[in-house]
Formats: sequence, C-alpha cells, structure tokens
Amino acid sequence: MLSCFLNVLMYIVIAVSADGKHPACDKSYFGRREFSFTLENNVYIRFQSFNSVTEMENSIKEKCPFKIDIGPVYSVDPAKRHAYAQSGDNVFTPVERELVFDVDITDYDDVRYCCTGADVFLECWPLMTIAIKVIDTALRDDFGFNHILWVYSGRYGVHCWVCDGKARRLTNEQRAAITDYFRVHKGNENSHRKVSLPGPVLHPFLARSYTEVLEGFFEAKLLPNQNLLSCQERYEKILEMIPDASVASELRGRWQENKRASMSKDDINHVRWEQLKFVLQSGKQKTRGLRRCVEEVVFSFTYPRLDMEVSKHMNHLLKAPFCVHPKTGRVCVPIDPNNCDEFDPTTVPTLSQLLEELNRGGLRQDAKNEWDGTSLGESVKFFRTSFLQPLLKSCKEEIESSYNAKLQQSKNTLSW
Amino acid sequence: MEVFQSHRKSSSNNVSVSTLPLYRSAPPLEVRLEDFELFAMDRLRVLKGISDGLGRGKKPEEMENLVADLWKENMRHPQANEETNKDVISHFVLRLVYCRTEELRKWFLSMETTLFRYRFRFQSSEAQRALMSEFKLPYKAVSNAEFECVKDKLNQVARSMGQTLAAVDAVFYKVPFEEVPELVAGRRVFIYKGHAYVAMNQVVSLVVTQFRSYLSKALILTNSIEYVYKGIHKCTKTPCYRLSIKALIFCKQDDVYQVSICNLACRKWTSTVREQEKDRLAPIVEALCTRYLGPDYSQPNEVGEISVKDIDRIAKTSFPLCMRHLFEKVREDHHLKHGGRMQLGLFLKGVGLKLDDALAFWKAEFAPKVSAERFDKEYAYNIRHNYGREGKRTDYTPYSCQKIISSAPGVGDHHGCPYRHFSEENLRAALVRMGASSRVVEEVMDKVRNRHYQLACTLTFEAVHGSSCDAGINHPNQYFIDSQKILQSKVDGIQFT
Repeated sequence: MLSCFLNVLMYIVIAVSADGKHPACDKSYFGRREFSFTLENNVYIRFQSFNSVTEMENSIKEKCPFKIDIGPVYSVDPAKRHAYAQSGDNVFTPVERELVFDVDITDYDDVRYCCTGADVFLECWPLMTIAIKVIDTALRDDFGFNHILWVYSGRYGVHCWVCDGKARRLTNEQRAAITDYFRVHKGNENSHRKVSLPGPVLHPFLARSYTEVLEGFFEAKLLPNQNLLSCQERYEKILEMIPDASVASELRGRWQENKRASMSKDDINHVRWEQLKFVLQSGKQKTRGLRRCVEEVVFSFTYPRLDMEVSKHMNHLLKAPFCVHPKTGRVCVPIDPNNCDEFDPTTVPTLSQLLEELNRGGLRQDAKNEWDGTSLGESVKFFRTSFLQPLLKSCKEEIESSYNAKLQQSKNTLSW
Repeated sequence: MEVFQSHRKSSSNNVSVSTLPLYRSAPPLEVRLEDFELFAMDRLRVLKGISDGLGRGKKPEEMENLVADLWKENMRHPQANEETNKDVISHFVLRLVYCRTEELRKWFLSMETTLFRYRFRFQSSEAQRALMSEFKLPYKAVSNAEFECVKDKLNQVARSMGQTLAAVDAVFYKVPFEEVPELVAGRRVFIYKGHAYVAMNQVVSLVVTQFRSYLSKALILTNSIEYVYKGIHKCTKTPCYRLSIKALIFCKQDDVYQVSICNLACRKWTSTVREQEKDRLAPIVEALCTRYLGPDYSQPNEVGEISVKDIDRIAKTSFPLCMRHLFEKVREDHHLKHGGRMQLGLFLKGVGLKLDDALAFWKAEFAPKVSAERFDKEYAYNIRHNYGREGKRTDYTPYSCQKIISSAPGVGDHHGCPYRHFSEENLRAALVRMGASSRVVEEVMDKVRNRHYQLACTLTFEAVHGSSCDAGINHPNQYFIDSQKILQSKVDGIQFT
C-alpha cells in the first residue's frame, strides 16, 4: 500500500521531469526513451518505454517500482529492439542522451576523516558543493551549455543532467573527452601520487577552479575542520605528496618538534600549512616537480571526483530526479547551483514527511501548484521555472529554426 | 578571409604536392595477384610495428621516428607514383581483410589512424593546409581583434604544456569543441562557450579525427555492401590473375555511390564470393588476417578446465603480476571495482574457469561484504554477461597486454599493468613477493623506466620460471599457458627419471 502511494507520488513528479526531457517535436521521441524500473523484490527491468505519459503512469501504478532510471533515446522503440540488427543500417542504438555526471562522497573516503562510507555529515558535504561549483562553471563558461540540472542523489552525492540539444547529441567519444577534461585524479593506492599537475602554470580551467573555489575552501574550511596537519598520521599523508624527500623530511622534523605546542588545533593546521607553502613556493626550490606541489595537495583533497563510466557512455542509465532514495527515504530534489552553499542534505524532505503533510493538507486541486503546500513545493517550483521552462522554450526555438531552415532550403532548390 | 598571423613569411619555393592519400575512393588500378598479397603484407608489417610501438607505450617523438623507419623499410619506392599506388592498393586490400568483424575493424582503424597521424606530421604546412580543406573542416580562423582578447589565455594554455605561444606564425582556428575531442580531453586547448581555440600545430588532431571517422564508416560499409567485380582475367599461358581494385571495392561518398562499371555480377563478399573465389582470394585474405593477430584466448582448450580449488595454487605459480595483484586484493578486500572484475574475470575465463565455477568463486570471495542475495542481484548478471549468456551474447575476450597497459585505473581500482601503474616502491615490493632476486628487480625497473612494460613482465617471467621466453609476453593468458607448460614439463621430467 505504502509503496503504491509512493509511486503515485513519484509518478507525478516524474511526469514533471519527464516532460522536460521529452520535447514534443517528434512524436516518437518519448516512445523511444528507455526507462528502467527496480521493483519491490529487487528485480530490475530494462528497456521500458511508453508512448504517452498516461501509459507511463499506468505502468508505474501497476508495477510499483521503487526506483526509476532514465536511459537514452534510441533509434527505435526499445520494446521493439529485438527486431533490429546489431549492425548495419537498421540498427538499435542510442541516438540522444543527456550529458550526465555523478559525484559520490564515498569516492572521497581516502581524504575525509570525519566519517566514512555512506555517512554524510555537514562537515564533508561541502565537498559536493565545490564539485558543483567547479563543474557547473566549466559546463557553462567553457562548453557553452545552458540547461543544466543538478540533483541530490538522495544519500551519497549529486547528479548532473545537461539537457541542451548539443549535449544530448554528443557521441561517446565526445563525452569521454569532456570527462577527461574534468579529470585530475589519476592513480590509486598502488601508486602514491594521485594528482600530478605538470607544467609551469595551470590550464585556465584548473587555474580558475583553484583561485575561485578550491583554494579558499581548502584553507578556510577543509584544513581546520578535518585537522589535516594536526597529527602525524594525518600530515604524513600530505608529506607523501611532496616529490622531494628532503623537503618532506625538513617539514617532518619541524613538526615533530612542535608536537606539544600550546596552540589550539585550528592554529596548528594553519601555521603548518603556511610553513609548507613557504618552503615549496619560496623559489629556493629548483626541482621541477615541486612547482605545483601546493596546488596538487589542494586538488587532491578538494577537486571533484567524477564517476567516469557514468558520463562516457550514452547507454548508461541514471536515477530519475525526484525519485525517493530507498535507504534514506529522501527525495532526490534539484539543487540550485547559484545557491548550492545553502543546500543542506539533512533537511531534504523525506517520503514519510511528505505523506504526513499530504494527509494533513491533501493535494491541492490546482494542478499547477499541487505541491505548494508541502515541503517539496519550493523544489518543484524551482525545477519548473529555472530549468524546465527555459529548456522547453529552447527546444521550441530549435524546432522552429530547423523548420525554417528546411523551408528556406526547399525554397532555394525550387528557385530558378 | 581574415587570418591572424603576426608575420606572414612567403611560402617555400617549391610547390609541395600532397602525397598523402586519403583513401576516399579506390583508383582504377589493376594489380597482379602476387602483388595483392605482397603489398598487403608490407603494409601489415608497418601496422604491426605501430601496434608494437603503442603497446610499449612509446612517446610521440619515438613513434614519429618509428613510423618513418617502418614506412621506409616496407613501403618506399624510388618512383613517387609507384609508391602511391602501393600505398593505396595495400590499404584497400587490408580493408577487405579487416572489415569482417568488430575486433578486426577496431584494430585496423586504430593502426591506420595512427599511421596517418604521423605521416601527416611529416607533411609541409602547405600540404597540411591542402589536406585540411579536403576534409572540409568547419573551422574559422581567429580574427586579429578576437585574438587580442584571448591571447593571455592562449598563452597560459601553451605554457601549461611547457610550450610558448609560437612567436612568428601563430595561427589559431576556432572550432566547435566537439570536433577536437583529443585536444579537449588532454586540456591542450582553451575552450570558451563551446569553442576550442586550436593552434596550427594542433590541427593534426582535427584532421586525424576526420580521417578516423571516415575510415570507420567506410570499413563497416565495406563489410556490408555488395560488390561489383570485374571478371578475373585468366591468362591462358601463364596463370596470372588481374583484379581490378576499383571494381572490387566501392565506397559511398556524398550520397553518391561511386561504382566502377563493368559486369553487373553482384556478390556479397562474406558469403557467395568466398565460395567462388575460395581457390583464389579467400585463402590469401584469411591468412593475412590470422597470421598477424595472434590467438585471442577466448577458447581455452589448450589447458583444459580449472576449478575453484585450483585457483589459489595456480595464482601463486602461473599468474602474471597484474592478475596476481587483483587476485590478492580480492582475497584481502573481499571486493573489486568494475575494472578489476573485468580484467581478472575475463582472464580466469581464458584460463579455463567455467561459468558456474566463476560464479561460485566471486560469490565466495565477496561473501563477507555482499550477501548471497545481493550478489545474485548485482554481480551475477555481469559475470554471465562476460561469458556471453546475457544481453547481446557477445563472448568477451580476455584483455591483451596492450589493452591493460592503456587502461586508466583510478581511485580504489587495482586493475591495469603494475609495471606501468604502480609507483616504483610498490612495484619493487611486489616483485620481491613474486620471488625475484634483487638483480632481477633492478633489471626490471630499468625496463620500466624506459617504458618497456611488456619486456619487464617477460623478465619477471623468466626469473620466476628459470627459463627464457623468446616470444615476449603479449597477453596475460599467454603468460599463464607458457607458465603451465614449463611447470608441466618439469613434472614430466621428474617422472621420467
């Protein structure tokens, strides 16, 4: 019973989000979109497709999925895929898919000390905030994308959906290129250094990320909150990142002496950080590897860690916005990138909270603002006005201009 | 057209004709059957040499020299037009050979693209510009005014790569970023509002992308379309067969099929032609293909079956370092990320582990962290997929060294090639654990420093087994098979005495 009600809820918001992803230009577009359902008994069914939103609603009510993923738009209706060949002309293959990103706090486990695994406290959530800032700015300024939706994944992190037409039509190779553009971490526990920034200066994208977002956050928040330099176990990790062993041991020596300093913990972190910066940047160091060492440390701790595989392939399925996370009960609400500092994962509405609110007030009759009376109201409104409407407008403009272009072309060919 | 350049020097005195063919269409040449094979084999040597070079992780400068040497050794001809003929003919013949399966197409595409890239770099800038316009690249040269605005950023990008903005002939092109994925991926261009600012010397990337895209489509087309072919002229006295290349292959360009007329006999290459030409063409074509690619180890019939209880033992004695490491990590962490599961899982399949045993193995290893039910839901599907029992039913082949070396393990991953991806410290420790003496470790590290990862692995193999491995290690399953052979012969040896 509960799960069925859950799904009516989800359907309503998903229909809202579904509309956004299915510009009504081509009647078959919606029908060629793949969805996948995760059902009650953990059964996972792929290649679900629907010819209308009503059909989708009915299927959701009937099947009661507790998670809905959105996949690409294929060349043909996924339900008919078996009739098509693997290769050649008549093929079943993705033709459009939003550019998506997935950032997960568990990928930062080796650099956060406040909690591990799936616990997310407010101490480390800011890592997600800066991931949003860095990536969002690059997507808009560098790549020229406009229709970007950031969504809380419900527990561990955030998802990003880039819905511009240009983005939807990117090939796997182009997606991989964008993902590699964003990639800074290489290597793992088997090779010590994970971030290597060669070259005398940073690429403009990295430099901007550093000066506008990462450096400030690292020094003001991360360093003191995570006590990155306060004790040997912690500072060893940073000293390991210094390629010059003599510099590292010089600092180590100094810090071991000062163990019993009577400063407060905060001060220790800052003092030591300043010492480290001075030693590395003082210009005394001729070794090439040290030039960008300070930045490398900051990047190691703060730079966004994307799940590469999610972004590279068109056929990767991703959880739909406004789904309810099965373990936390929280709704996957949109996050405003311009206000992401204010986002608090611990105050995101949960399913039980919503049920209670709806039981009390009931769903409003006015279809446009049916969620206004609930704690989901703001999110839905934001989604509609900041994302959905501009996207629909732009899709319409795209259709119109391509129609006009075709018209012009046929006029030209007709003219003598 | 406005083109930004600080000083425009007059171009070099001789007009350079571009000698680099684009293989857009098959020329109307006739070629003797013997040359058909010889030309193709010479070109195949070049491609194989390139493949080896890439597998060893050679740097671009080294690859440039390698390609020049390979071309000189195998494809040069004193007369320019003869050289071009051989170039074109050999390319088209190899298209026939390598169009037939996805894996072959991928390899051929990769090698031909690399070959093209380095040959393009040798061309004069006039020739390069001519080639660019052939590809109809949708580029715009950056105007003076715009250049002034972005100059600082362009400079910054150049310096971030350890270069300086080319002082004299600095020409930049503004291109949609989608056109230059390689440059974007490596952060080697400044990107603003969806446009990449590409330096002239990076233009290679643009051209190569176009070349690759064209060839990729052409290969698929070559496999699926029908051929119009001329009858084979049989000389009555001395049997020499002449084939018209253009009649054999046609390609689609600008929505118009270019067909060489002649007979209207249409055959599908993959079926009927093979029957008819069995005595003539097919053996040559088949031989060319299998000779150079080596076994793919997807059918492990040489070694026989392996069961779960054997794995521990054979891991210690016969696994190459990459697989040993993965195996140890699975045992230690009771988990592996996707990349590791693929690399190790497919290797085990090649080793002879049957599907049921594989499922049992992974399930047992993951048991402390993953319940049986969760395993069945989240991991079993992928394992069955690897064995070709789900989805597309592709029977995935175990990864070769080349593939493993070029992978990119990230945080939390353990796959990849330890000789490439481990830090020096960790690699030394791992080698010692494998039983290598300190002298061997030094030799191996020397190879690693020179980026000869497969040679490093070969040295390890030789040290561990106490016998030489002349062929070198190219594939983890080859390492395994060779290792088992040696151990088996030792056992047999004892039995005989």
